[in-house]
Amino acid sequence: MDDKPGEKKHVFDDPRNIRTLLRVFYVLCILLAVLDVVYHRHIGYAWETLVGFSLEGIPGFYAIYGFVACVLLVLIAKEIRKVLMRDEDYYDDRK
Amino acid sequence: MIASSTPPFAIFFAGVLVVLLTRGWWRNAVLLAIPVIGGINILGLDHGSFWNFSLFGQALTLVRVDKLSLLFGYLFHIAAFIGIVYALHVRDPVQQVAALLYAGGALGAVFAGDLVVLFVFWEILAVSSVFLIWARRTERSYAAGMRYLIVQVLSGVLLLAGLLVRVHETGSLAFGAIGLGGLGAWLIFFAFGIKCAFPALHNWLTDAYPEATPTGTVFLSAFTTKVAVYALARGYPGTELLVYIGAVMTMFPIFYAVIENDLRRVLAYSMINQIGFMVCGIGIGTEMAINGAVSHAFNDVIFKGLLFMSMGAVLFRTGKMNGSDLGGLYKSMPLTTGLCIVGAASISAFPLFSGFVSKSMVMVAALDQGHPIVWLALLFASAGVFHHAGIKIPFFAFFAHDSGIRTQEAPWNMLLAMGLAAALCIFNGSFPWVLYSLLPFPVNYAPFDGSHVLAQAQLLFFSALAFCWLKLSGIYPPELRSVNIDAEWSYRKAAPVMIGFLRRQYEALSTLVSATVERVLERLLVVIFHYHGPQGLLARTWPIGGGAVLVLAMLGGFLLIYFI
Repeated sequence: MDDKPGEKKHVFDDPRNIRTLLRVFYVLCILLAVLDVVYHRHIGYAWETLVGFSLEGIPGFYAIYGFVACVLLVLIAKEIRKVLMRDEDYYDDRK
Repeated sequence: MIASSTPPFAIFFAGVLVVLLTRGWWRNAVLLAIPVIGGINILGLDHGSFWNFSLFGQALTLVRVDKLSLLFGYLFHIAAFIGIVYALHVRDPVQQVAALLYAGGALGAVFAGDLVVLFVFWEILAVSSVFLIWARRTERSYAAGMRYLIVQVLSGVLLLAGLLVRVHETGSLAFGAIGLGGLGAWLIFFAFGIKCAFPALHNWLTDAYPEATPTGTVFLSAFTTKVAVYALARGYPGTELLVYIGAVMTMFPIFYAVIENDLRRVLAYSMINQIGFMVCGIGIGTEMAINGAVSHAFNDVIFKGLLFMSMGAVLFRTGKMNGSDLGGLYKSMPLTTGLCIVGAASISAFPLFSGFVSKSMVMVAALDQGHPIVWLALLFASAGVFHHAGIKIPFFAFFAHDSGIRTQEAPWNMLLAMGLAAALCIFNGSFPWVLYSLLPFPVNYAPFDGSHVLAQAQLLFFSALAFCWLKLSGIYPPELRSVNIDAEWSYRKAAPVMIGFLRRQYEALSTLVSATVERVLERLLVVIFHYHGPQGLLARTWPIGGGAVLVLAMLGGFLLIYFI
């Protein structure tokens, strides 16, 4: 961190604080995953008639879906960048 | 007619005159008073049609009041008030007048009782709002504003054409459920679709909004697209095509948002994503879906406004808006950071924040009406919106690597405006029943159900976990100074290049043609000169005797021919 000399230390200047924050976050994730097993989520009744089984009822469905969706989103976006990205002044040069 | 009430837009239009006659703090007081007086005025409106008049034999209705138009009426007054507080430090009469006319135009449009009145306010919206872009007074904003204006006016022209065809087809100018029957209905559908940022018609939004002034974008984000959502909810509820258009709108912008560098453009893409949820709800068309769509429009204006305000404050203080240039601003702008996070939590639909109580109505309705694929798309988009608007915006502006920028906290009026918006986000998210009571249909939905809260928390936390993992492992794409090609490529690159190519071909051809013509003419001149010039055969003077000899020879010739 390129801190200005004499400036007071801020919360995230100390890497230990970032580590603590991340640990708390991981614990919350684990807690939510455990809750999915303990708490009986009720499922939208339309599933059975629509697709014959309940996608929503798969244990940890929302957690898995959220994680996979975001990883896919970023990986696909990275690929898209190869095709779509141009220089900042792409539209500006009028020749 | 109610004697005590005024048409809602009239207060804003009249306010413009008062604003122009005042200066300094008096002007600020007038600016603040306008939405307050307007708000008191619409609280006194009864349901029904008012200010009916007749023009060219057509009966027109200036103001139609029912639950749907009133909800947007309240919303626009709140948005105008917050926007005016946010812009109190601005001393630019162009922006102040434009904002008032723009807000008035939006009110006129949502209370419009027929298609002609709607068209008039539709155009007022276009022409007044462009000045909020031009007020940046840069070459870029001028060009972006021009493109914006052309697209907006095109939408107006389509609406006018549609209503004229429709009058011919049905004999009615009524602005009720239109449905997709007949040419007129389709033209109007596309007019609404442009303002609603349908896929491939959306680039005016991502092009122009990030080029407006820091305060101008806050007004822009509140009105145009939400008027369009209102118009769709009024004209095309239950149109199945909208379910799929809406689903596409929720999906494709999030990919752009992930790789976009300009943070206000990220918000513009995320805006299309949120409108997608509303369009989808309107397409599903059940009472719950329509309720979800319009309540989400209400919440979106507030939380998207809050996010645009926090980015506007950063732009105002640092003069920078690219993710690659920002970072570490939580040190200088801690309050703005906190308020931005409230907006981020609301758009991501965290429980107890406003997005949670409205977006889920659309999703439940999608499943109930037999659209499991659309439901999965919406769920993907929900995770995605948290990723790019909920995490990316606050992270790259206020945290990430320290950019070394040290500045001051946002001015008090900006903080106050953001505080009001943040309070509304939390209030609507925690006490949704107030908002629910204003919706067009009775609400039979309980958002704070254990399963729903748990499911949403899991979705969001594991999305955040994915972000952490991608960021820590270095897979996450860095913020780069760049432009990403979108549908606008067709008119910002392909068309100019094509026109340039055609012009060059035309120029080459015309040079060739003119050179050839010149050469032919020159040859002709030489020939003419040869015979008719001073030394030419035909210009010489001949003696009379010579002429007599010629005549003699000719007559002799005749004689010879007749003799034979």
